[in-house]
Amino acid sequence: MIAALQSVEVDYRGKRCLGPFDLSLAEGEVVALVGPSGCGKSTAMRLLAGLEQPSGGSVDRAAGRGETSLVFQAPTLAPWMSAQANVALPLELAGVDRREARRQACEALDRVGLAAAADSRPAQLSGGMAMRVSLARALVTRPRLLLLDEPFAALDEITRRNLADDLLALWSELRPAILFVTHNVEEAVYMASRVVVMSSGPGRLAGETAIDGPMPRTHGFRTTEAFRRTAEATSDLLAKGMEQAA
Amino acid sequence: MKILTAIAAPVVFIGLLLAIWEAACRLLEVPSYFLPAPSAIAKALVENLPLLAQSGWNTLATALWALLTASILASLLALAAGLSGLVERAIQPVVVTLQVTPVIAIAPLVTIWAGLDHPERAVIGLAAVVAFFPIFSGALTGLKSVDPDLERLFNLYGATRWQKLTRLRLPTAVPFLLEGHKVAAGLAVVGAVVAEFGAGSGGSQGLAWRILEASNRLQTAKAFAALFVLAVMGAGLYAILQIAERRALAWWRGR
Repeated sequence: MIAALQSVEVDYRGKRCLGPFDLSLAEGEVVALVGPSGCGKSTAMRLLAGLEQPSGGSVDRAAGRGETSLVFQAPTLAPWMSAQANVALPLELAGVDRREARRQACEALDRVGLAAAADSRPAQLSGGMAMRVSLARALVTRPRLLLLDEPFAALDEITRRNLADDLLALWSELRPAILFVTHNVEEAVYMASRVVVMSSGPGRLAGETAIDGPMPRTHGFRTTEAFRRTAEATSDLLAKGMEQAA
Repeated sequence: MKILTAIAAPVVFIGLLLAIWEAACRLLEVPSYFLPAPSAIAKALVENLPLLAQSGWNTLATALWALLTASILASLLALAAGLSGLVERAIQPVVVTLQVTPVIAIAPLVTIWAGLDHPERAVIGLAAVVAFFPIFSGALTGLKSVDPDLERLFNLYGATRWQKLTRLRLPTAVPFLLEGHKVAAGLAVVGAVVAEFGAGSGGSQGLAWRILEASNRLQTAKAFAALFVLAVMGAGLYAILQIAERRALAWWRGR
């Protein structure tokens, strides 16, 4: 177990918005978190990152400082820094020597296929490229826990699929535990070995589906019977969760 | 072609206005102390050019000193306010009060404080008061405009307060600071002229004084000529800062 939420509750301005909710991630596991807007997915993620404290329950984190990384829906790059400087930032903040940090940043950029864009500024990058830089920044510290909050939601379908495959390739190389928040059921089933479905008002567990299939995925997986069945079951859970909330 | 039209359009329009003005003055035989024709103003401009240039330089120097003073004070105070909510709450009412008080109303006081022998100091101080607010407000807004997700990342990676200031908040504030300085530069010229009027002394020998002097002697064409120099100066300063801002922003964004 690398990180776990144990019956956590989060109140915001006296109103319960999450919980009680349980979620645990094993070392190297890829878990997708789906649920309607405002069900507390991002809150659960911030709890796991240690950026927020729960009002009740407890958060266990085996991954220490510097072993957890975050990727947001927007690339969230500093516009005044080059791609390389953005990627080197987590290392530099942790006190790694500047030259060494930049060298490792180059490696990380190379891993996401953007070695040539090291000196570009975020404004010069396409949406997909900026998201790759953001991924490189998350991976440069070789985290044990990688939290992704709807990372590909703003991208077009093709870029989205390519990035999903790239992320899985990076996962099989570095094996961090990944928690992946998404709205997209098919993306969740394709990426994860386990999909956790949430219902809203307040956010709770609606159900969970386990996915049989080879990890990392191959493109053929999308057309298999197992994929179709799991996607349907997950959609049903999501629909049921939304009915309960309504 | 597009650039040509962009330049030609205002030139033609201004030319047309001047022609109508000239024609109206001649046809209606308007007395020159009331409204001089553009040709008379041009003549006054050429005749008084050395004097007006000297006065213009005095006013410009005043405005630039005021801008520099305001820039340093406003940036430092904004930094203090940005770092501490307590400081911000403490100084905000004072700053706002100063901002809404007409500079002309405090001019006599500041003239006394600066010493009656040093009207130029009073004028710089008063112009600096006018230029202070846009820089302060821009810098403070900039320091508070940090992308919340980027700040979360800094927290996640254990950034210290100092690292967050130098590597996140100050760089974020740069575009706001530039905008604040651009607005402040125009206001510093306005402030310098108003302060010259307000300080009510010929000791500073700026353009405002030339306008007052010429108007009092009913040399209206000369007053207009001084006004023309003032307008060109203000527009020129704004244009220079506009270009500087664009360059600096391009550098900030890396293109």
